[in-house]
Amino acid sequence: MLKLNDVMAGYGSTTILHGVSLEVNAGEIVTIVGGNGAGKTTTLRVISSLIRARSGQVQFEGRDITGMKAHKVVEAGITMVPEARQLFPEMTVLENLQMGSFTRHARAHYKEKLDEVVGLFPRVAERFSQQAQSLSGGEQQMVAIARGMMACPRLMLFDEPSLGLAPIVVKQVFDVVRAIAAGGTTVLIVEQNVYQTLKIADRGYVIENGEIVMGGEAEQLIGDDHVRKAYLGI
Amino acid sequence: MDLVFTNIVNGLMLGALYAIVSVGLTLVFGIVKVINFAHGEFLMVSMFLVYLVTTFFGVHPYFSLILVLPAAFVMGMLVQRLLIEPLQNSDEHIMIFATVGLSIALINLMLLIFGPDILNTPSSGLRQPVNIGSGMFLTGQLNILICAIAVVGGIHLFLTRTQLGRSIRATGQNRSAAQLMGINVSWIYMVTFGIGAACVGLAAVLIAPLYPTSPEVGQYFVLLSFVVVVMGGLGSITGALVASMIIGLVDAFAGFYLGANVKDLVVFGIFLLVLIFRPQGLFGGARNLSHVS
Repeated sequence: MLKLNDVMAGYGSTTILHGVSLEVNAGEIVTIVGGNGAGKTTTLRVISSLIRARSGQVQFEGRDITGMKAHKVVEAGITMVPEARQLFPEMTVLENLQMGSFTRHARAHYKEKLDEVVGLFPRVAERFSQQAQSLSGGEQQMVAIARGMMACPRLMLFDEPSLGLAPIVVKQVFDVVRAIAAGGTTVLIVEQNVYQTLKIADRGYVIENGEIVMGGEAEQLIGDDHVRKAYLGI
Repeated sequence: MDLVFTNIVNGLMLGALYAIVSVGLTLVFGIVKVINFAHGEFLMVSMFLVYLVTTFFGVHPYFSLILVLPAAFVMGMLVQRLLIEPLQNSDEHIMIFATVGLSIALINLMLLIFGPDILNTPSSGLRQPVNIGSGMFLTGQLNILICAIAVVGGIHLFLTRTQLGRSIRATGQNRSAAQLMGINVSWIYMVTFGIGAACVGLAAVLIAPLYPTSPEVGQYFVLLSFVVVVMGGLGSITGALVASMIIGLVDAFAGFYLGANVKDLVVFGIFLLVLIFRPQGLFGGARNLSHVS
């Protein structure tokens, strides 16, 4: 479904990704794990075209989407739930969700998606008329995920959805990600919370210094010596 | 008592004038995060257009709106697309220099074409005085007041009730998140700049029959509208309306009781007090000053 081929990217004169290749198949939950500054977020930003790849290709459903405008990537069927929520702070929760279903395709399915989201996040529905900035961190994360779902994506990218949240909320977030995948949306999730992410993922990649150093079945990675030492602290 | 009433009427009329010039400026700042120093020149160019259309076709000045409004809209869009967008990723002061440069270029372009002389758009009965009690105003001034309120209300409804309006607000609040929603941000910026310019287009149609048109006229109007925009809270449309009225009233009262020489001192004194005690402006949230990119 999604294929990255030797992607190089960075900011200004700094190169972050030194040739990243990875693959996500339809229906999977795939995770990229790695430390701070390893290039996880940059990888997602390249896929969603928030930054441009210096070289290499990004393919989505057989189409080359490298260098496509960011809003076109959303229309192509990829939605990203960005790090630190990035809600529209002075808009109501409902308005945030309306912005989520901005594309023509999404607007046609607005009603049914809204019902789906309300079913998944009853707490969000209670807050519809509140400004997004007045919500707690956990609630904001739920709105961010709900907003991403409103775009009716076929592939959803999650950038550190558990960052800065209380353990009980972290568990809810992972449950929701699993529910989204069960609903037929393919998921690519980037996390520092390595153990819990590998628990829900089908496959995983380990990224270090802008390079994929390891990839495989999630269960296999949990058992791997290097992963256990470097990321699981075991 | 009569004098107080007279001054209130004058103040509100003056305030309406500042408001209609400022609305577009604060909208562009709030969304595109650019302080458009050529805003006054948009007004000036539009006023010349009003003059030309009115005298060439021999029509009522308000009739020129059909042409001036779309022309101003397109002018705004082009400036965003050709001047601001290429500089989007550079420092803020570069964008400021660019708009200052545009302002100087437009003034000199008009000096070149029309010379420094003052042109008078036919007033077509808009300078007719209306008396209420001891107060007096011109019909054209009343129209400015009505339009200023209508424009502020209209923009507010547009921004909150329409999908395009909401996506404009979303882009202003978080540009990259807006892109992730599928919003074409550079298009939104162009439309916003266009609307901001169209607001001065409307202002020009209303002002031209009452004030003389010259290449420097934009400078005259825009200084106070910067005061208004900062005082109301950068990016706040309601704030701009309220601040306009305050400045208008202060201007009228100070001008009457303290004399024309001292009134600017009072106006800018109040402006400084607002900056010291409420630097984010009357209606500005702290966020309005943070540049979310």
